[in-house]
Amino acid sequence: MLSAVAACASGIGRAIAADAPVDAIPTMFEPVSTPAESIRSLSFLVMGISGGIFVVVTAVLFYCVWRFRARPGDDREPPQVYGSNQIEWSWTIVPILIVLVLFLATARTINELQASEVPPEALRVTIVGHQWWWEIRYPDLGVVTANELHLPASRPGERRPTYLHLESADVIHSFWIPQLSGKTDVVPNRRNLMWVEPHTTGTFLGQCAEYCGTQHAKMLLRAIVHEPGEFDAWVAAQKQPATVVDAVADGRAIFQSTACINCHTVEGTNANGRFGPDLTHLMSRTTIGSGAASNTPENLRAWIASPDHFKPGALMPAMQLADNDLDKLTAWLLTLQ
Amino acid sequence: MTVLEEGIARPHAAAERASAWSVAHDWVTTVDHKKLGVMYVASALMFFLIAGFEATLIRIQLAVPNNDFLPPDTFNRLFTMHGTTMVFLVGMPMFFGFANYLTPLMIGARDLAFPRMNAFGFWLFLFGGILLYFSFLGGDGLYGAGTAPDVGWFAYAPLTGKAFSRGNSTDYWILGILVSGLGSTGTALNLATTIFTMRCPGMTWSKLPLFVWLMLVDCLLTLVILTPLTAAQVMLLLDRYLGAHFFDTQAGGSAVLWQHFFWFFGHPEVYVLIMPAFAIMNEIVPVFSRNPLFGYPFMVGATVLIGFISLSVWAHHMFVVGLSPAANTFFALSTMAIAVPTGIKIFNWLGTMWGGKIRFTVPMLWCTGFLFSFVIAGLTGVMLAVVPWDWQLSDSYFVVAHFHFVLIGGLLFTLFAAIYYWFPKVTGKMMDERLGKLHFWVFAAGFYLTFVPMHFPGLLGMPRRIYTYEAGRGWDELNLISSLGVAVQLVGLSFFLWNLVRSLLRGEPAGDDPWDAWTLEWSTTSPPPEYNFEQIPVVHSRRPLWDLKHPEDPDWRYE
Amino acid sequence: MTTSTTGALAPPAVPAPWTMPDKGKVGMLLLIVAESSFFAIFVIAYLFYVGKSLNGPFPADVLELPILGSICLLSSSVTIMLAIRALRAGNRSRFNLWWLATILLGLEFLIGTGMEWYGLIVRHGLWIDTNLFGTTFYSLVGFHAFHVTVGLLMLTLVLIFGLTGSLAPEHAERTEILSWYWHFVDTVWVVVFTVVYVVGR
Repeated sequence: MLSAVAACASGIGRAIAADAPVDAIPTMFEPVSTPAESIRSLSFLVMGISGGIFVVVTAVLFYCVWRFRARPGDDREPPQVYGSNQIEWSWTIVPILIVLVLFLATARTINELQASEVPPEALRVTIVGHQWWWEIRYPDLGVVTANELHLPASRPGERRPTYLHLESADVIHSFWIPQLSGKTDVVPNRRNLMWVEPHTTGTFLGQCAEYCGTQHAKMLLRAIVHEPGEFDAWVAAQKQPATVVDAVADGRAIFQSTACINCHTVEGTNANGRFGPDLTHLMSRTTIGSGAASNTPENLRAWIASPDHFKPGALMPAMQLADNDLDKLTAWLLTLQ
Repeated sequence: MTVLEEGIARPHAAAERASAWSVAHDWVTTVDHKKLGVMYVASALMFFLIAGFEATLIRIQLAVPNNDFLPPDTFNRLFTMHGTTMVFLVGMPMFFGFANYLTPLMIGARDLAFPRMNAFGFWLFLFGGILLYFSFLGGDGLYGAGTAPDVGWFAYAPLTGKAFSRGNSTDYWILGILVSGLGSTGTALNLATTIFTMRCPGMTWSKLPLFVWLMLVDCLLTLVILTPLTAAQVMLLLDRYLGAHFFDTQAGGSAVLWQHFFWFFGHPEVYVLIMPAFAIMNEIVPVFSRNPLFGYPFMVGATVLIGFISLSVWAHHMFVVGLSPAANTFFALSTMAIAVPTGIKIFNWLGTMWGGKIRFTVPMLWCTGFLFSFVIAGLTGVMLAVVPWDWQLSDSYFVVAHFHFVLIGGLLFTLFAAIYYWFPKVTGKMMDERLGKLHFWVFAAGFYLTFVPMHFPGLLGMPRRIYTYEAGRGWDELNLISSLGVAVQLVGLSFFLWNLVRSLLRGEPAGDDPWDAWTLEWSTTSPPPEYNFEQIPVVHSRRPLWDLKHPEDPDWRYE
Repeated sequence: MTTSTTGALAPPAVPAPWTMPDKGKVGMLLLIVAESSFFAIFVIAYLFYVGKSLNGPFPADVLELPILGSICLLSSSVTIMLAIRALRAGNRSRFNLWWLATILLGLEFLIGTGMEWYGLIVRHGLWIDTNLFGTTFYSLVGFHAFHVTVGLLMLTLVLIFGLTGSLAPEHAERTEILSWYWHFVDTVWVVVFTVVYVVGR
């Protein structure tokens, strides 16, 4: 009975995730979160000033090229001009003033956006970068997942920003979801802090932005923003231990007696490895391999048989299982809602 | 006649009988700054073609999403080698090649201060480069297949540690660059000493050609920043082989410390790379505008200022690493500040063209192209100095587009200008003007086709150094256009190579001074004799040949 | 500016004789600039990692002030100056004496360093891979000692020239340039001493 309820709840959570519209273009110019919105506002000033300078200088260049080109047959030297202090100072002072304006705007936004402490109403998340996937933990909620960051939307009346502590288990990676915020690196032996505050629901894309080895390109990120109520439902579903379905007990037995348990964790089994993603609610995620493939039964089976097929160089070895063992294992994994 | 008199009377007899072997021996053992300069530039061109080939492969892979033209490991090696080669084996030798050839001629000297060290520096550079490329054969150690480095040209720790970079590929990156770097340090020291101590009579600091001023500042900058890279590389070697913990995060070491050390070298390095472009502009724009350079003292001041400020901006490569707001704010200010003297230079070049009579020869076409491109490059740089903008766009294709605008639209354009401009002096033959114009228009078109669209995937969230990308993110068409632009650039380059070969074999005789220019190198024959000047010249102004050609209106009246 | 009725003007006079700085001196100064930059990185790494070692031995436990070595090395800067003064004055035997003293003082410094390292490695178990202190200590002090060694090799070469009677007062300029390198090595030691044995402990 309990497991049926759990299956229902996680099924609902997954259905929400699957139906949430994917904002396919991860552009900083369509922000959905406060930090990204501040950056976009600042960028209008920056682009305006740069554009203005470009137009003026280019116009002078084109004018020069047209007006002062040598006419054919004219071999006399023009009057030789060596310089002019006044002109020099004027085109020194004006750029200094422009720089000052840009700098003040920059300094203000830096202070606005760079987090130093976590406010009490914030949701805390710890992100740990691995080669080549993202570990996502909600320490206050007791939830562990991978590659998909679920967030509550923050409304003006009840603000609930999310503060991310960023760590790395191996090399430097960078956490970047442009529509939510600028990127921040995850650096081993260092703890960075950033924050996001999404206002609209939906799924937003990002990926690792610091070269971290062979599969840097396929360390994708999805941020799924829920209405606050739906977010709580998702959390509740994630807190359940692994679904137990007797029909697939064989598969679970294979899992628990194979090397899988060295790298993966499934709550309620003897597997508590931290090298690879937590699989307790594997089927609540839309992709596997950190975005390398969509999370379908066929792909899942193929992944276990040979991760290299989807993600050459991935650190998960091919599991060398016999075909029917593989079928049973996959069948069991498919129940981990 | 005695044997001695015979030898003097027929000095070219030996030359007529010169065999390929003796010519090769002459070049390999030379300490003559002119031959070494030519070898530097020729080697740089060779590495340029190799790195360009690497870039072509990269762009083929990225032309469409989810492409399988290259596996990820190969792609990662290609972008690492492309960047490393272009910076260390193309940019630096081009700088030293032109500086080597022209500096003694422009200051009225017969050679550099230390000719043998000059040769040593060249061979260190060349063999360092060959060592780097040997990694394709030997990188994986005795029993591996052999792989080139794949850690990116700035080789961040701890990815470069033994744990994450097995085999020897990273060691080839370290050692190839270290050896080359020692050569560069020596040559920079040599050139700076030459400029300090071997100027001809009358050539005070205020009479020094601006090309030489910029080479001096460039060499001094190199001396200060290259040994820190050597130090950091030694530290990395100690980590990898003696178990040291400089960048070993498991033992409490700091990955960010590598970034500080690397970028303390790395940022001024890009100024080291671009200053020769400025130096070339300072010579070519006045000659073809028929005007002296506008504002010589301000140009000198701006150059020195750029040299100093460039030492204080390095952490703008680290805005996303999580430094404090105070640090981010400081580096934003210093980075924006350096835009001011750089802008002054652009305005001064425009001021030189203003009121002149501009002749659009091939060198001048390239210099005009520089002006247009470098404004764009500088502006995208200033945009990136705005820290929150950089938080979005650091490590994205926006940055890749920015620095290719600087290095191709900036540096490469002026290097082409310099080759067309000084080729007559070096070889005694003119390059073909028509082929040169074809080269310019076709290559420039290809360059813009590749790199203007490249800004936009960055704005749309595409990070750099990815071997493939998902479809449907708005990146697809832009990447395809960028890749197609490469084909156009290759056509342009083929015009250039054809022009080089053809001109070497049957170019028009150039004479001493084909461009009607004003600095001392144009007072020698083309090519100059080995001793440069029969008599060391005496100068009274910045344009000694103008004074000779216009005795009624010499420069020293106005300077 | 002068003019004449015919319009011919005289350019500003060029100072005669036209003197330029000495190549060797400028070259050596620039080498010192580059080397200073090199050492600065190791010094910065040392200071950055002070107090950050995860395990011992720690500096306060194992480092003793290398008083004797430092006195020897710094005195060798004095003796080398005396040697050059002697050479300038044409006093070859006095030059040989002071030059030899310089070498011996430098050698004593190196021996002291060697003994210190022996103690650290064997008695305290501190090597470059032990902890951050070991890493930064051996690299900084090691590179300094390496530069001392190179200097001593050069000095020995000059001593051989001196002892075989090949040196004359006109070589004093070149010898002085070499002494600048030696002074540089001594200055670096002052910095290393302060950073490692004073601040770092």
